[in-house]
Amino acid sequence: MEFFGKIGSSVEGSLAYVGSLTSLAGRAAYFTFIGPFQGQPLRFQRAVSQAMEAGVRCIPILSLITFFIGLILALQAAYELRRFGAVSFVASAVALSMTRELGPLITAVIVIGRSGSAFAAELGTMKVSEEIDALETMAINPVSFLVAPKFVAMILMLPCLTIWANFMGILGGSVFGVLQADFTFWRYIIASLDALFMRDVITGLIKSFMFGVTITAVGCLEGLNTTGGAEQVGRSTTRAVVMSIFLVILVDLVFTMLFYFLGEH
Amino acid sequence: MAPSVDNLGVDDSFGGPMISLRDLRVSYSGREILHGINFDVQRGETLVILGGSGSGKSTLLRTLVGLEKPTSGEVWIRGKNFSAISEVERDEIRKRLGMSFQGGALFGSMTVGENVALPLEEHTKLEPTTVEIMVRLKLDQVGLSGFEDFLPSQLSGGMKKRAAVARALAMDPEILFFDEPSAGLDPIIAAGIDQLILELKKAFHMTIIVVTHELASAFLIADRMVLINKGDVVALGTAEEMKNSKHPRVRQFLDRIPEPAVAQELDYLQMLTEPSSKSGEGRQGKSR
Repeated sequence: MEFFGKIGSSVEGSLAYVGSLTSLAGRAAYFTFIGPFQGQPLRFQRAVSQAMEAGVRCIPILSLITFFIGLILALQAAYELRRFGAVSFVASAVALSMTRELGPLITAVIVIGRSGSAFAAELGTMKVSEEIDALETMAINPVSFLVAPKFVAMILMLPCLTIWANFMGILGGSVFGVLQADFTFWRYIIASLDALFMRDVITGLIKSFMFGVTITAVGCLEGLNTTGGAEQVGRSTTRAVVMSIFLVILVDLVFTMLFYFLGEH
Repeated sequence: MAPSVDNLGVDDSFGGPMISLRDLRVSYSGREILHGINFDVQRGETLVILGGSGSGKSTLLRTLVGLEKPTSGEVWIRGKNFSAISEVERDEIRKRLGMSFQGGALFGSMTVGENVALPLEEHTKLEPTTVEIMVRLKLDQVGLSGFEDFLPSQLSGGMKKRAAVARALAMDPEILFFDEPSAGLDPIIAAGIDQLILELKKAFHMTIIVVTHELASAFLIADRMVLINKGDVVALGTAEEMKNSKHPRVRQFLDRIPEPAVAQELDYLQMLTEPSSKSGEGRQGKSR
């Protein structure tokens, strides 16, 4: 009986967590999309600097990693394909798995490591040093001031980064294509583009948009929920990273299933 | 020099007490911290809230500025029931309050000037050049002229506190709150902060609420004092009345008599064994 009680309370806890994530994301969305029309201007300057930090500064490491991922994908696909003499399908295999799945996912994981953790650490430090309280006593809404600019930056930058990641992955695959599968560079690129439908790219971008929402909500919620001292900030940061990765994969699963069943018709 | 603030329903000529507490009770996770507090603070008065560590004085201050919600009872600020009004109305009142936090709570990523400018930029439509002048004026008032471009991390403890006061003064508040203004400062710097509070009181006729356990500073700045012990008001009166009080708890606090060891240990044990004490611990630690 105690066993079921434990399951019950952990389900309740998880639902409460998802509830507070949704509420935070909802408030951030309100200050982003509705607030500006009700005389609460969006803090554009802050959003731009967040976009620089979360997006533009992420490009070098993202490029390198997704280039390697593309190359790895090509090698793994060719390992199986060459048994059927179908090595030339490497281009479409890489292009499809990058745009539909790995591009958005790898981008999200890198952004979690760089920005999700940074959001939790920044807001957590502000919380324990009473800076969040200070904002409230100054009648400045912390969600509007701190979370909304991050939200804007992430939902804009994650799809952009994903497109770049897709491109770099295909570029990585082309190295194998050119050296081992008798492609010229341009023929490899054309073969990749031929394999892709607009639908593949769009579904990947929809996922990456949702990942952006998830990462921002988890990072900021963990930061805002920090109590105690510096040690707790570290814990919040860890929790933010672990929870973000878990929830991003969960969101990924839900949307992949959704697209799969929608695609049947 | 008062910035143009929209006075949504806030009456400028309010004559009653600036703050009234009516049977105020606050609990954290089932454990009551404040057990029915009652007192008024008049316009232009400096009230010092005294109390030991864990007495609930910081919780009281946090409730006054709306950071904690009362479980029952009322906080009236300028004739408005703070916990029963809308968020918009509450924000309008908050614009007339200034709060100086214990550690300063300056935004680390902004310069001192940007910190002071923030409430002005957020709540007024002043030109950037006017804001700049206001910032310089406020920093001048707290003796920090020329420090606009410093980051909070480049300031000493006392300067941080002064910068925090400048930020609290930015909107020309009617009520100014101080959380442990002299905590962690050496006696000379602490005396400087006391002097600053006295100057503000004299120059602007502000209502000032100070939470502290520094007796010397309390007797210097207070018009009236209230002593909080274990969530109850033990004594309330002028500095003179407090000095002459016969109440054992007041005497113990003012004469700095340590708690009898046995009682203290029993208290401690009781705190540990109380069922809800564990969950309340984190909050207590935070409220200092």
